[in-house]
Amino acid sequence: MKIVYDGTLDPRQCKAVLGETIPAMAAEDPDVIYLDADLMNCIGTAKWAAENPDRAINCGIAEANMIGVASGLAAAGFKPIVHTFGPFASRRCFDQVFLSAGYAKNDITIIGTDPGVTATLNGGTHMPFEDVGIYRTLPGATVIDVTDPTMLISVLRQCKDRPGVKYIRVGRKQYARVYADGSELPIGKAVTLREGTDVVIFAVGIMIHEALQAAIELEKEGISAAVVDMFTIKPLDVEAVEAWAKKTGAVVVAENHNRNGGLYSAVSEVLAQRCPTPAEVVAVEDEYGEVGPQSYLQEHFGLTAAHVAEAARAVVKRK
Amino acid sequence: MNLENMNEIKAFAAKIRIATIEAIHAIGQGHIGGALSIADVLAVLYGREMRYDPKNPKWPDRDKLVTSKGHAGPAVYGTLALLGFFPYEELKTMNRPGTNLPSHTDRNKTPGVDMTTGSLGQGTSLAAGLALGDKLKGRPSRTFLIVGDGESNEGQCWEAFAFAAAKKLGNLVVLLDWNKRQLDGYTDDVLPMGDYVKKFEAFGFDTVKVNGNDVEELAAALERTRKGGDKPYAIVMDTVKGAGVPEVAEKKMNHSLPVNDEQYERWTAQLRAEAEAWEG
Ligand SMILES: Cc1ncc(C[n+]2csc(CCOP(=O)(O)OP(=O)(O)O)c2C)c(N)n1
Repeated sequence: MKIVYDGTLDPRQCKAVLGETIPAMAAEDPDVIYLDADLMNCIGTAKWAAENPDRAINCGIAEANMIGVASGLAAAGFKPIVHTFGPFASRRCFDQVFLSAGYAKNDITIIGTDPGVTATLNGGTHMPFEDVGIYRTLPGATVIDVTDPTMLISVLRQCKDRPGVKYIRVGRKQYARVYADGSELPIGKAVTLREGTDVVIFAVGIMIHEALQAAIELEKEGISAAVVDMFTIKPLDVEAVEAWAKKTGAVVVAENHNRNGGLYSAVSEVLAQRCPTPAEVVAVEDEYGEVGPQSYLQEHFGLTAAHVAEAARAVVKRK
Repeated sequence: MNLENMNEIKAFAAKIRIATIEAIHAIGQGHIGGALSIADVLAVLYGREMRYDPKNPKWPDRDKLVTSKGHAGPAVYGTLALLGFFPYEELKTMNRPGTNLPSHTDRNKTPGVDMTTGSLGQGTSLAAGLALGDKLKGRPSRTFLIVGDGESNEGQCWEAFAFAAAKKLGNLVVLLDWNKRQLDGYTDDVLPMGDYVKKFEAFGFDTVKVNGNDVEELAAALERTRKGGDKPYAIVMDTVKGAGVPEVAEKKMNHSLPVNDEQYERWTAQLRAEAEAWEG
């Protein structure tokens, strides 16, 4: 694994990466089967799916049924990879996820695209700020907020044979490039992207770039901020949380999610039990989504580098 | 509005299409196919069938429209703007920061929009609840529910239909937009739904099938539903996704498309000429 962040975008769109990786995994493993709910065109799998009707199942716009079918396929020996937009991959089908997949121990991988503000012009109905919170309550689940295309490939491949229900949230467009092509990111292991001594910023997804930009700003002011990629929100790297909290004595959590139930909740649970430490959050303040371009939405919901830097200054003062 | 003359309704439908393209062109792209396919039924509903007051959009005794395929918002906004629920110029704000016109219809944002939709399937139960509520309150209101054919993949639709028939909601009219296409292409390739007329009849609906891009057939079918009674109504509308703009209709994948300046000029000029011809 190699960190190559310089603030520029990875040239690959994540939808193209999904459109290549899912067929490649199916070619390598005869048990991989892909299910979608009328959104194959949104992740570039439609052409391959049409040519491989036994490996790619379009369930139509019926997400709850899709999860049930995927769970049944798992019971029949398959390794299902399921895709729909994040809200429909979480809220819309969670009882089926909970019982047919989780409780019945039918292991499936679920990809929820366009998390949080990345749903942009689809607006409030399509903008999940709660999917991580929902999935965190599922016993034994793996919950991942993807950082960049390289990580997407790595975690998707690990999820295939990983027990339990796996939920991967990822935007379909471009991300800032953080990891060198081919890097492997072991699930459950936080990654230190930047060393620091005054404050640690635990970030996920699109907030990784914002946190790294904030750290550059903070350095100019004499605040040394560490940035840690907490892409596995469950199971959380508890040791990393504890070690960084003790080392810096000040924590910021940054996520493209409601402040309730997501990474901030997960980190706070660790801090409360193991090492009470001042913490601040950069997340959506318990609001519903709305329509608009991503830059507007990040500003509107307080999800920019400036908001991260402000939270860092505030928490350092509380030390 | 009370348009008895069918030519006026045809002109109204052309204007709804122009307004739809107006909104989509202003932001550069949008759900054009499924919006254009319902322009004719919107023209008949708002031109002669529904009771409403643009000055008092929350009038409790009004008739209600639930566009369960909420992504057809641009056509609904176009209609409401033409009727004066809000200024026509506002169409250009669709999907812009702070807009009252989000891509999916929202009852809390847009004057004249009666229900919030966007997660497909959910509008069907909401419409059943509205119709039941109006009935229990003794209101004369009727509820019109537009459902997509792709949307009807959702089991919730059929739960709502069973409910509507069981509760004898004769004040509910389901308008199924059978345009044979959904997001991933042809409905018959994604998940064939079989014979909608037989399905609705089996569910206990008073059912007819019409050419859903023909305002005369729509008007006649809707007129029948005025008598109410003990059965909910289903009108299976045989439509074309993208109807009214041949270039859009002919494109197989026409769920969401960009609209450039040149297309905008040409398509709206053509539709304006049609509207003028119908108005005579
Ligand atoms: C529950 C849910 N799943 C998926 C989507 C994404 N989506 C929006 S429109 C659409 C296709 C709708 O097809 P149809 O109902 O036939 O509408 P039309 O073709 O008339 O536009 C899909 C899959 C959604 N909005 N809601």
